[in-house]
Amino acid sequence: MKKRKNKNAWYWMFLAVCLVSLVIVVFIPLAIGIWYSFTDWTGINNPTFIGMKNYARLKDDKLFWHSLLFSAKFSAVSVIAVNTVGLTLAMLVTRNIKGKNALRTIFFMPNLIGGLILGFIWQFIFVDIFDSISRFTGIKAFSGWLADPNTGFWGMVILAVWQMGAYVMVIYIAFIESIPEELLEAAEIDGVTPFQRFRHIIFPLIAPAFTINLFITLSNGFKLFDQNLALTNGGPGNMTQMVALNIYQTAFGESMMAYAQIKAVIFLVIVATFSLTQVYINKKREVEL
Amino acid sequence: MTRKTGQAFLAAIGLILGIIWMFPFYIVLINSFKTQRDIFINTMGLPSKWVIDNYITAAEKLNIATTFFNSLIITVASVAVICTFSSMAAYALERVKSKSSTVLFLVFATAMLIPFQTVMLPLVAEFGRVHMLNRIGLVFMYLGFGSPLAIFLYHGALKSIPRSLDEAAIIDGCSRFQAFWMIIFPSLKPTTVTVAILNIIWIWNDYLLPSLVINKKGMETLPIMIFYFFGQYTKQWHLAMAGLTMVIIPVIIFYFLAQKEIIKGITAGAVKQ
Repeated sequence: MKKRKNKNAWYWMFLAVCLVSLVIVVFIPLAIGIWYSFTDWTGINNPTFIGMKNYARLKDDKLFWHSLLFSAKFSAVSVIAVNTVGLTLAMLVTRNIKGKNALRTIFFMPNLIGGLILGFIWQFIFVDIFDSISRFTGIKAFSGWLADPNTGFWGMVILAVWQMGAYVMVIYIAFIESIPEELLEAAEIDGVTPFQRFRHIIFPLIAPAFTINLFITLSNGFKLFDQNLALTNGGPGNMTQMVALNIYQTAFGESMMAYAQIKAVIFLVIVATFSLTQVYINKKREVEL
Repeated sequence: MTRKTGQAFLAAIGLILGIIWMFPFYIVLINSFKTQRDIFINTMGLPSKWVIDNYITAAEKLNIATTFFNSLIITVASVAVICTFSSMAAYALERVKSKSSTVLFLVFATAMLIPFQTVMLPLVAEFGRVHMLNRIGLVFMYLGFGSPLAIFLYHGALKSIPRSLDEAAIIDGCSRFQAFWMIIFPSLKPTTVTVAILNIIWIWNDYLLPSLVINKKGMETLPIMIFYFFGQYTKQWHLAMAGLTMVIIPVIIFYFLAQKEIIKGITAGAVKQ
């Protein structure tokens, strides 16, 4: 009996700090946050329960639905664009070409720099560089990229590809390099074309990398905040505002805390759904293996 | 012959892509040495006259030494705390097989699903009420947000470290605590490097959380300062570009020093998640 108690003592001591921090930093705020979404909380008052009023109001919030749709559209497009580019880069630098290591280094560089800084860099490119290209060449399409919601959208996609392309690239590389050398050599002896080699050998063998990268890009795309804030700040006229920025603006721009909190709860439901789907798919795949 | 041309062709594509990828950095760097007028008439070329003054002004406005130090101290403290306590927690969860360890592991895993925005407002209100909106509070928050992934990675690594190792140490008279720190933790080094790198990149670049927690004069981290600075000097690109260059350079140096570990760490973090 005594021994058992001792055994438990070290167990709880080792866990204590992490457990306490997790409860205080994540779970208590989560519980309070859900409660606040049913109140008239302003950030300073004593919140009173107002039932579903906040939820009812959300129905007519055009800007919120627009931001949700914009985030969804951005996630879908960036998943395709980032993975296409990332896989292409991975295929390129796993071939035996000159300077492949230098290329890996270069492609990966944007990934380490914060989203805020990347957003500002591209703001300069879209505003100043593109304008000067437009002035020199006379091509109107280059001017005012961030002044138009449509080109603003593509500006964010370009930024995402530049930043995330090599992130998914390194994961593809890890899987491509684990393909047995003999397999590719045998295929070469049999005279397969590069396309066949990709389609019938590499592609099926790196399928798990697709699942991983698909969800990473999807959830990153949906949760994007810093880049959105720095590149367009939602403009023009909030037309490029994504859902995380919409929550932020509701809370700090308009000081509607309880109302922002309800959006945050909906945000949680969406993000958790993505993640759980991924867990489910991974579990299923593990069973199949 | 065709093989050789094929390879030259791929190398050429690689070169073009490499140039495209570097282009934004090139733009920032060269424009940081131009006058405002020079940026307007000659955006893409080299400066007609190299100006160092931009850097002096930007360094002053960014209060660069203090700001850099603020970022460093927060990052180092948070990463140290995350590695220390997450490895201990993971060790407890992996070595003791019980109902509570299974449930708690699931609880930590669940926490990874929760987006920051969902807890952000109550969290800041809660910490404000107990006067903990300061650096210690911030480091504590980073522990809470960072420990789930760290525990997950440590937990996986511990599976391949035999129990006989800690049992032998305990029979020899070590306490659990000693056994862990003297025998187990050193053999977790590759995972510690992975955990440290993932968290350094995240915390060093994080803007939103510090901006809500330690937004006081003299306390600003680099992302907070860059945000102010950029808002103030949007029309003065020459200063903005010098500022950006100054904050990018330390990251690039870090990247060149630890490139292998960084890429390994990021791959491990993503694949095992």
